[in-house]
Amino acid sequence: MSDRLAVRKTYKLYVNGAFPRSESGRTYEVTDARGTFLANAAHASRKDARDAVVAARGAFGKWSRATAYNRGQVLYRVAEVMEGRHAQFCEEVAAGEGLSAGRARAAVDAAVDRWVWYAGWTDKLASVLGSANPVAGPFFDFSLPEPTGVVAVLAPQRSSLLGLVSVLAPVLAGGNTAVVVTSRERPLPAVTLGEVLATSDVPGGVVNLLTGDAGEIGPWLAEHDDVDAVDLTGAPAGRALELERLAAGSIKRVLRPPAEEPDWTADPGTGRMTRFLETKTVWHPKGV
Amino acid sequence: MSQLFEYAPAPESRSIVDVAPSYGLFVDGEFVDGSGEPMKTVNPATEEVLSEIAVGTEADVDRAVRAARRASTRVWGPMRPADRGKYLFRIARILQERAREFAVLESLDNGKPIRESRDVDVPLAAAHFFYHAGWADKLGYAGLGPDPRPHGVAGQVIPWNFPLLMLAWKVAPALATGNTVVLKPAETTPLSALLFAEVCRQADLPPGVVNIVTGAGDTGRAVVEHPDVDKVAFTGSTEVGRSIARAVAGTRKVLTLELGGKAANIVFDDAPIDQAVEGIVRGIFFNQGHVCCAGSRLLVQESVHDEVIASLQRRIGTLRVGDPLDKNTDIGAINSAEQLARIRELSDIGEAEGAHRWQPACELPDRGFWFPPTVFTDVSPAHRIARDEVFGPVLSVLTFRTPDEAVAKANNTTYGLSAGIWTEKGSRILAIADRLRAGVVWANTFNQFDPTSPFGGYKQSGYGREGGRHGLAAYLKESS
Repeated sequence: MSDRLAVRKTYKLYVNGAFPRSESGRTYEVTDARGTFLANAAHASRKDARDAVVAARGAFGKWSRATAYNRGQVLYRVAEVMEGRHAQFCEEVAAGEGLSAGRARAAVDAAVDRWVWYAGWTDKLASVLGSANPVAGPFFDFSLPEPTGVVAVLAPQRSSLLGLVSVLAPVLAGGNTAVVVTSRERPLPAVTLGEVLATSDVPGGVVNLLTGDAGEIGPWLAEHDDVDAVDLTGAPAGRALELERLAAGSIKRVLRPPAEEPDWTADPGTGRMTRFLETKTVWHPKGV
Repeated sequence: MSQLFEYAPAPESRSIVDVAPSYGLFVDGEFVDGSGEPMKTVNPATEEVLSEIAVGTEADVDRAVRAARRASTRVWGPMRPADRGKYLFRIARILQERAREFAVLESLDNGKPIRESRDVDVPLAAAHFFYHAGWADKLGYAGLGPDPRPHGVAGQVIPWNFPLLMLAWKVAPALATGNTVVLKPAETTPLSALLFAEVCRQADLPPGVVNIVTGAGDTGRAVVEHPDVDKVAFTGSTEVGRSIARAVAGTRKVLTLELGGKAANIVFDDAPIDQAVEGIVRGIFFNQGHVCCAGSRLLVQESVHDEVIASLQRRIGTLRVGDPLDKNTDIGAINSAEQLARIRELSDIGEAEGAHRWQPACELPDRGFWFPPTVFTDVSPAHRIARDEVFGPVLSVLTFRTPDEAVAKANNTTYGLSAGIWTEKGSRILAIADRLRAGVVWANTFNQFDPTSPFGGYKQSGYGREGGRHGLAAYLKESS
């Protein structure tokens, strides 16, 4: 150990491409798995959540209409920058999740690889999920997947980086924008991911990361009329029913939480992407 | 506008169909009494009582769900998929053989013109069974994993606007994927579903695979909330859709919703006006406007507004409103007194808010529920007739100057079911279609439907798709 006094990092929210503190002025104490103080994180409020939704809506047009190739490039760039921050992620994941250095490294490796996997999906979704429909008439009729819109994501509580990436990247790959409430106890890798996103060509507002309490902000997001879908994966125990009911008010697409946090190292399949895609069908007459 | 000439009446005979004085519920392959207070179903064109219909209570729904569960685990689930497909082929054929009977019955009970029940509803219903029949033994190829499984028992609640067609949209994919069903038809239009029960018997469909429980809102609620229902499918109003989404929250039930709409039908200045006018008429007056994807908001480019409206009014003047069973009839009866009251109320609000109402000179029958084709001009996006779903033959006309404005106005709604684009320019069609937030976009056509083509909404028009490969997903659990 050197005698040098460390420069501690101030952790902030990531909203609309910037790093604000919570408008509420609140912070909360983040500790490592043994309870030792790590940092004060911003404690996002209802107003922060609403600001994040405004940012996500504002960014939706550009992100959803970017070419699939371009979206893939941007997402791959995120993986590149994540790789550069590998050591920092490992430290934060190890501290937050109480993992050995080796297991933390494996989790970070998997998170980067997961991001790469989704980056490669952007320009394949339409081919895999779209169709030309042989209707009984003189029409050209085709169906294509399109993003649902603004997706509110309650990120997994335990897996602070791999879990987060596993729920965020599929939302983005389809062209949605996201408002994410991070793991309450283990928010630090999410804040660092925000810094990665800010420096990797992802337009501001496409991803908004709120550190804080999903139990407190979740209901506002679930009932917000300008949120199109909600992923309840990280909903606090016993709160999912209430959140799903709130989401019904605006006919939101809802991804219900699993019985327990899944093994994020498993093959993710396409389910998380298709959940937040619509199918648009276009008809045009054929004739000469 | 006066008629150039009158057509001689050309009524379809109703002798082909026997309407029984009363009907029971169809549960486990048998017609049984309902425990509720029976209700009457009337011919909306004459207010004549057609029949007395059983009303299913919670206990009746429970019996139906238990029958569906038994059929699911003992018969329909274990059956060879190719045999399930053959049952669906049989049903499709019987629907074709009895097409005229179904068309007459549908027009009697619903009020829609025989021209549409004969040429649209019944043939499309048969087509849905044909299409899905072929899927039954090919589900591993549907892109949902190699061995997708059915949910089990599907509870389905359908509306009154296309009683038989909506039944087909719900029942055909459910059966093809190996689910069994409990279906609740709309309270004002139960007859074609009950005739469909006869079709199931003629096809020797095993008892319990299809159960039909008639009734109103309480019966539907009992179906949706029954704890042993695995999958819920609903078509109807956004308001009821909301309450269903709340009811299934926190359960394991999978839900698809097909809800309301307020479609923009966008006419650019280079559109072929005559064809566009036909499309506008088809968009809003098809099925008396009782269509969730009706083109109820006409967005016309300002430079052609006057021309389009003049041409549209001339065309509407030739529409014949009256006896649904007359083959010359274009616009039939409004389905119920209640719906007529809603259309009147919203139209009155339209006028009160400052829009200009136009209706052709047209004589309406003395009895029954009627509303003439109606066009509102000088409509602003804030008017309720531009925002609320009227579900009747009422068109609101707005204008725009640029493509951007057209897109902004078209998307300025909580709904997102359908939209129309009229222009000669192919690149413009594709660009505008990309930007419209709607599940179905008709370019230079409108209100086309086909079982191979997915249908369903964005935003508060619901979620899930019906038809095509996408429609199967709602009835299957992915295997991987």
